[in-house]
Amino acid sequence: MDLTVLWFGIIAFLFIGYFVLDGFDFGVGMAMPFVSKDDTDRRVVINTIGPVWDLNETWLIVAGASLFAAFPEWYATLFSGFYLPLLLILVALIVRGVSFEYRHQRPEKVWKQRFDRMIIFGSALPALLWGVAFANIVRGVPLDAGHNYTGTVFDLLNPYALLGGVTTLLLFFTHGALFLVLKTDGELHSRARTLATRAGVVTVVVAAVFLAWTVLAYGTLPALVLAVAAAIALIASVLANIRRHEGLAFTLMAVTIGAAVLTLFMSLFPAVMPASNDPAHSLTIANASSSPYTLQVMTWTALIALPLILVYQAWTYWIFRKRVTRTHIEGSAEPDVEAPAEVAH
Amino acid sequence: MNDLLDPLLLSRWQFGLTTIYHFLFVPLTIGMALTVAIFQTAWVRTGKTHYLQLVHFFGKIFLINFAMGVVTGIVQEFQFGMNWSDYSRFVGDVFGAPLAFEGLLAFFLEATFIGLWIFGWDKLPAKLHLATIWIVATASILSAYFIIAANAFMQNPVAFTINEDKGRAELTSIWELLTNPVALAAFPHTIFACFMVSAGLIITVAAWHLSKNQHLDTMRPALKFGLWAMLIFGGLTTLAGDQLSLAMVATQPMKMAAAEAMYETSTGAEASFSIFTLGTPDGVHELFSIRIPYLLSFLSTHTFNGTVEGINNLQDQYQTLYGPGDYSPIIWITYWSFRWMIGLGLLHILVAVVGLWLTRKGQLPTNKWVWKAAVWSFPLSLAAMIIGWVFTEMGRQPWLVFGLLKTSDGVSPGVTGIEVLISLVVFTLVYGSLAVVEFRLIKKAAQAGPAELREPENESGKPLVHTTVY
Ligand code: HDD
Ligand code: HEM
Ligand code: HEM
Repeated sequence: MDLTVLWFGIIAFLFIGYFVLDGFDFGVGMAMPFVSKDDTDRRVVINTIGPVWDLNETWLIVAGASLFAAFPEWYATLFSGFYLPLLLILVALIVRGVSFEYRHQRPEKVWKQRFDRMIIFGSALPALLWGVAFANIVRGVPLDAGHNYTGTVFDLLNPYALLGGVTTLLLFFTHGALFLVLKTDGELHSRARTLATRAGVVTVVVAAVFLAWTVLAYGTLPALVLAVAAAIALIASVLANIRRHEGLAFTLMAVTIGAAVLTLFMSLFPAVMPASNDPAHSLTIANASSSPYTLQVMTWTALIALPLILVYQAWTYWIFRKRVTRTHIEGSAEPDVEAPAEVAH
Repeated sequence: MNDLLDPLLLSRWQFGLTTIYHFLFVPLTIGMALTVAIFQTAWVRTGKTHYLQLVHFFGKIFLINFAMGVVTGIVQEFQFGMNWSDYSRFVGDVFGAPLAFEGLLAFFLEATFIGLWIFGWDKLPAKLHLATIWIVATASILSAYFIIAANAFMQNPVAFTINEDKGRAELTSIWELLTNPVALAAFPHTIFACFMVSAGLIITVAAWHLSKNQHLDTMRPALKFGLWAMLIFGGLTTLAGDQLSLAMVATQPMKMAAAEAMYETSTGAEASFSIFTLGTPDGVHELFSIRIPYLLSFLSTHTFNGTVEGINNLQDQYQTLYGPGDYSPIIWITYWSFRWMIGLGLLHILVAVVGLWLTRKGQLPTNKWVWKAAVWSFPLSLAAMIIGWVFTEMGRQPWLVFGLLKTSDGVSPGVTGIEVLISLVVFTLVYGSLAVVEFRLIKKAAQAGPAELREPENESGKPLVHTTVY
């Protein structure tokens, strides 16, 4: 097989991994205020993803670095072109990450609220903006002959892209709620299930419109097949949740996200960054890729590393398979302090 | 006004700022992961509780720091494409591979096993749990290797050919890239320096508690550990720095000339090392200086009658090679940063020797000034580290990739000055406030001291404090 095609596939795989895994982290962050009644609930919610959010986020780092190595032109055009949205994503990921780690270090109420807001904002913003970014890639953007983006940030805020953003936001939201169903018990668990059903119904409608638009405007036959698969998996996931098959519901949601991301990639192929102004300026897997030697080196590394990575990450999820309960938190927590923020030092 | 909104200048400020910021956390991550792993091994082997207390205590500081390293690292990864897209196009074929290796082979390991370490106390058997922190420590060192190999390509490009059609450098041998002589020299120097920084932290924290006469049973062994580590790694850093000097002179003679602010080519005794110089602000005229004859010759060539090329001479050579232009970096920065790096490093070896002498046979000094001085170990050794990188990176200017690509040719052509100004302001604000939060947290954790272990839980017999939750 042509290595550029293989690497197009590996990049798609890495982004699917990122969206499926960090997707539920985003969802858990966004759903936190809706399912929690008190601080212990919020801590349960955060602890469901505590051991894994960092490794999930690392999928993005690896996807980005692989893009750099395998398709430097794509990486350069995409990252410089989408400058401001990426800045927002970076800021969001920064505040989200430190909030997870630091929230429990500051027991004062003011700080907890501050960190909660940062978690919600830091989860919702990337969930929205990733959809906007990927929809814009599929739609095409104005590029000059040197493959530099010539539009402004406002060109990225078109209806199709915004719908894409809302779609990923909703998909991740539901995905996160389903994850909470799987990982909690008691009242929290029931609230999460209700939330997942409500959000799921809205998601089905929005995602269906977005997928149909994608296939009609930019799609190919494989994209159509994948879009249909995504839609069916999504509906089945919502139904499974209603029938209390929690494991199945979560798995089907993961399949939905995978198929939806693949729909976008298949609508692109073999272009990677179509130019909306002049097809001659488009980046394709042929003119954006690294040299055959670099791709070969990368292929060997990825073929050895990826299976290992999947094994030890699956093992990690297995170790942390148990539900997180309120007693788990109460048993090891330091009590809450009402003191104002600045007293502690 | 135009100058203020120059994307090149702003991008350079932003890259320098964010990279220095990232690197405030990296040395502690690398150093503390190993430190915690060593204490935990000691605990598993001996069962002595003060080791476990040290694991939890330094582990907490390590984790507060780790979070910042992770979130600031993502920015680094994105910035090459965002601000330096022409650079990314030019070197991506070569430079991308080590970055991808870093992600695939190191970051994944690190991010996965750190989660297992934090949350796995009551879920994994003791030996397996110990293995997780060793994997984290190993992976952090591995990641440093790949990123230094990438950086070394910018200092000393190897293993490439230029593809004229595509206008870019293409990789010819991954092995040659990863064994770049500059990488082989810079890696041990950086890693040993990282261990100096973590030793510095241990000394700082232990000295603070001991000066208050508290936590003696944990802080005494910690201080001893810190002082020995500082001595050993200070020595190793110096030796490795000496090797790195040789590699630098061989590949970037201009950097050494600039480090010495030496305009004329000199040989033997003339090639002296100035410890202190006062000159005109542009560094062209010297007013006063203290010099050690032969030392520069020795540093650069390991002989006493070697010749060290001067800035003027190199400038002429480069003009013939690369065309008209200014090929020297900002001299006062390179001159002073080189001295401060070395000076602060040697100071810490002295601190270690004096400290070991004062605490010999279990004594504790009573003079409060000794303790006050010792508390500065961490900030000053970290400063040495940062200053060393500023020297390396600023000394490479005007090149982004030495001899191949100028910094001015690497910047993103499509990104406007306004955009970079926005991001620069945003990063400054976000990083600034995070620095305050993080500093307070570390200070609070450090001042709280090691916690007493709680009673074992009845059912499992494991101490409760093991269960870490957010
Ligand atoms: C605690 C930190 C520390 C200490 C005590 C020293 N250094 Fe250093 N030095 C660094 C930390 C550092 C660094 C980690 O910041 C750098 C930046 C790039 C690198 O590889 O290591 C560095 C770079 C660096 C370079 C530049 C390499 C290049 O640009 O190609 C040279 C020549 C030296 N060092 C030499 C020395 C010598 C001769 C030292 C002692 C006598 C010394 N360093 C102590
Ligand atoms: C090993 C990985 C590193 C890589 C790949 C790297 C790469 C770069 C790049 C691409 C630039 C921007 C272009 C330029 O201004 O020259 C730069 C500049 C800079 N870097 Fe690094 N860097 C690395 C490590 C570091 C570290 C660890 C520090 C400091 C702690 C540092 C400090 C700086 C500074 C201060 C500048 C600004 C120099 C100037 O603009 O004059 N770098 N580096
Ligand atoms: C400018 C170039 C650099 C880039 C692109 C970069 C990239 C990154 C990224 C993406 C992360 C987050 C990894 C995670 O999520 O686990 C990270 C963390 C880290 N970086 Fe950097 N980095 C740079 C400079 C450096 C340098 C010069 C070193 C070492 C000498 C270094 C060592 C580390 C280590 C050990 C970590 C993991 C520990 C931590 O997160 O604190 N980095 N870096």
